[in-house]
Amino acid sequence: MKIPIWVLFNFVVITPAFVLGIGAEKLDQSQRTERISGSAGDVLEDDPVGRLKVFVYELPSKYNKKILQKDQRCLTHMFAAEIFMHRFLLSSPVRTLNPEEADWFYTPVYSTCDLTPNGLPLPFKSPRMMRSAIQLISSNWPYWNRSEGADHFFVVPHDFGACFHYQEEKAIERGILPLLQRATLVQTFGQRNHVCLKEGSITIPPYAPPQKMQAHLIPPDTPRSIFVYFRGLFYDVGNDPEGGYYARGARASVWENFKDNPLFDISTEHPTTYYEDMQRAVFCLCPLGWAPWSPRLVEGVIFGCIPVIIADDIVLPFADAIPWEEIGVFVAEKDVPNLDTILTSIPPEVILRKQRLLANPSMKQAMLFPQPAQPGDAFHQILNGLARKLPHGKGTYLKPGEKILNWTAGPVGDLKPW
Amino acid sequence: MKLSQQQNCNTRRNNSFRTTGPLDSSVDSAFKPLASFFWVVLHGLCCLISLVLGFRFSRLIFFLLFSTNTTSTTNHYTVPALLRTTSDATQTLTLQTPPVLITDTPSNRTNPATTSSRVVVGRHGILIRPWPHPNPIEVMKAHRIIERVQREQRLQYGVKNPRPLIIVTPTYIRTFQTLHLTGLMHSLMLVPYDLTWIVVEAGGTTKETAALLEKSGLRTIHIGFEERMPITWEARHRMETRMRLRALRVVREQRLDGIVMFADDGNTHSMELFDEIQSVKWIGALSVGILAHSGNSDESSSLLQKQEDEENLPLPVQGPACNSSGQLVGWHTFNSLPYVEKSATYIDDRAIVLPRKLEWAGFVLNSKLVWKDIEDKPEWVKDLDKLVADEEDLDSPLSLLEDTSVVEPLGNCGRKILLWWLRVEARADSKFPPGWIIDPPLDITVPAKRTPWPDAPPELPSNENVSGAQERREKPSSKTGRVSRARHSRSKRRRESRIADSQVSGRHAEEK
Repeated sequence: MKIPIWVLFNFVVITPAFVLGIGAEKLDQSQRTERISGSAGDVLEDDPVGRLKVFVYELPSKYNKKILQKDQRCLTHMFAAEIFMHRFLLSSPVRTLNPEEADWFYTPVYSTCDLTPNGLPLPFKSPRMMRSAIQLISSNWPYWNRSEGADHFFVVPHDFGACFHYQEEKAIERGILPLLQRATLVQTFGQRNHVCLKEGSITIPPYAPPQKMQAHLIPPDTPRSIFVYFRGLFYDVGNDPEGGYYARGARASVWENFKDNPLFDISTEHPTTYYEDMQRAVFCLCPLGWAPWSPRLVEGVIFGCIPVIIADDIVLPFADAIPWEEIGVFVAEKDVPNLDTILTSIPPEVILRKQRLLANPSMKQAMLFPQPAQPGDAFHQILNGLARKLPHGKGTYLKPGEKILNWTAGPVGDLKPW
Repeated sequence: MKLSQQQNCNTRRNNSFRTTGPLDSSVDSAFKPLASFFWVVLHGLCCLISLVLGFRFSRLIFFLLFSTNTTSTTNHYTVPALLRTTSDATQTLTLQTPPVLITDTPSNRTNPATTSSRVVVGRHGILIRPWPHPNPIEVMKAHRIIERVQREQRLQYGVKNPRPLIIVTPTYIRTFQTLHLTGLMHSLMLVPYDLTWIVVEAGGTTKETAALLEKSGLRTIHIGFEERMPITWEARHRMETRMRLRALRVVREQRLDGIVMFADDGNTHSMELFDEIQSVKWIGALSVGILAHSGNSDESSSLLQKQEDEENLPLPVQGPACNSSGQLVGWHTFNSLPYVEKSATYIDDRAIVLPRKLEWAGFVLNSKLVWKDIEDKPEWVKDLDKLVADEEDLDSPLSLLEDTSVVEPLGNCGRKILLWWLRVEARADSKFPPGWIIDPPLDITVPAKRTPWPDAPPELPSNENVSGAQERREKPSSKTGRVSRARHSRSKRRRESRIADSQVSGRHAEEK
């Protein structure tokens, strides 16, 4: 059939224009944000549904619900991820009720919910709680003994993960709970070459309340006029008055070097406009404290403030999915006295690129634990991380009669039943 | 996290007590009080030492004497807990530590489990550089970074494709001109968009106004208008309209592109105004706050206030009025009825200056509306030449339109007031030094009977001092225009007028 020539002409002329138009639009959008791809590829927006199946053990409520009932503050502090992960998994499409087809097994134990009157979690009972839970699942289901936990994962968001202590030296002494040696740990703590970070752990961000942060958003055209912003302690006067232990002296160094520098808006105040101020700042300091991780990283990412991470050898959340080197600025602790030189010598194009990466909505989503869960959020990133570890390796399933774990290892106090 | 550590250490301390306790009791019960006494004495001694020498020393002693740990020696968290009571000792230590580059780590131990980590647990030094103060070059670099970031923000989130602005200002030389023009100039200098400022000056262009405009660094078109500014407000308003039309004629001739805004020199503009008017398509209307000030501050105004309180206070706003769906349905105008009897007629009257029904300042136009012969000119706009030729009194740009319903209400449909209208002028006979520069020596010098410095010598060394004092007294009287003449003595008045004449002649001489 003869196609009239004007139709052909229109086709030839209009379609490229259309395509170019779309391309131009994409260019406009890319002016504001940039795609994020980490070492595992462009995986932030992957959908875990269909890639793995998770079986959730039904533990008696003394391990989870009763603990939460005793203290509702567990839902809002930094370690609330364990509770929300449980709730998410219960209603998620990746959950399966048939343990035979499950790739991963989840044990809902709220080990960080034993709070002091001040709201700080005490980890002293956590090893016993964990041990008792594992004893329960190993005796009631065959799946633990089948692999000795290699296809199980646990959420341990406390300071030093499964070492279950808030003090670093004690935590190192204890090491990771021996029973969890083969399991995958989902924890906020991450530091390279540290006892409490196991190979194959998934690092997650600390919990920050999403609604509270959304409520404090200011219009994005408010000009960023603060160069460096930080609010928090420099000296932990209660526990380390002379400094040197807290934050390995890094925070004290920041204070001593930059307390009179007009570019550094740093103080120990608790202003009500903390979130708004972060949105008016170019850089936000995220130094280590007693543990290397901090919720400031999450806040900086949500508010578009470039995080300046001062923590040697830290492993940041979802390190294989998010290229933190390109998004944040890493400063060695020994370079803290030269922080102003380092920050001012970053070329403006690099800074603008970092801001574009931070503006990517999938980046912000990946740091949050919203209720109910949304696609691309931290829950899904955890599942993606677990999915990337599939299929399980050769040593996962033990031969019958083989035993690796030592059930009596660890301090004597841990062996007491809970 | 760390608060419970104290409890921990206290329990440990109790443990240490307990370990020594049974030992003693096993030996001899008689030795028990002696042991505890000895312990108390030693503890007190160490407290005293720590008070004198500092926290660390006593802690070291304790560490060496009472290390109860059988594991590695990394555990010195326990030791400071015991001495937490000596809080004053810590203060003496903090005095010692800051200025020193502390790098001593005698108690640093590496993790027993790892070898390759850079991170060690234990006491680290607080690194302080030798000159911990800001470096000015780096501060400048940081400011440049901030500027670049803000520019990018404006590009991304601010107005896309900003159009250039054309500001039309009628002015004339008078005492308050510098005051008004400086304020307007500074507002325009802050505008982040391209700007052309058309200043129409009544009485012809003068060097003074030109000098003032030059300081702005903006692109200005300075036009002279042949007539002189009249002395009644009515006539002045009409003339200002003619001056604005003259400026629009320039826009038309030079085919200037952009958004035309009418900025009278007495008005105050907010920065959001300039962002808001970028969204106009053809013709837009804004709400103008009317500050109809009263010249006198005596009882008549307070009477007026009371009257106002009784009736509904009129909103001092002129602008578009919208219905609930955001469409223009009418106009708010300033209710000037309460003020009409007291309004000013002459420019220097000490009375309320009233605005017209709708001021020009509240409207913005797309410059294409006044161009001749453009393709997509809307039908509802009249041609500018025809209007000017008709010589009718255009009291607002609405006369340019056939159909006033096409006006776009700006500023959240007129709810946000982004500029304020105000007319303040000096007395008619007020004088001011040309260019606001005192130019000594002056021709006429008169010894002052009353100087501001009572202890100055009666015979004044130079003429300039005298004329300076005279000048200073001259200026306040001309600026405020409220000081009653009756204060000055007659002789002074004669002298002042003589000086005034000389000044005026001086000014004329300069102009020529």
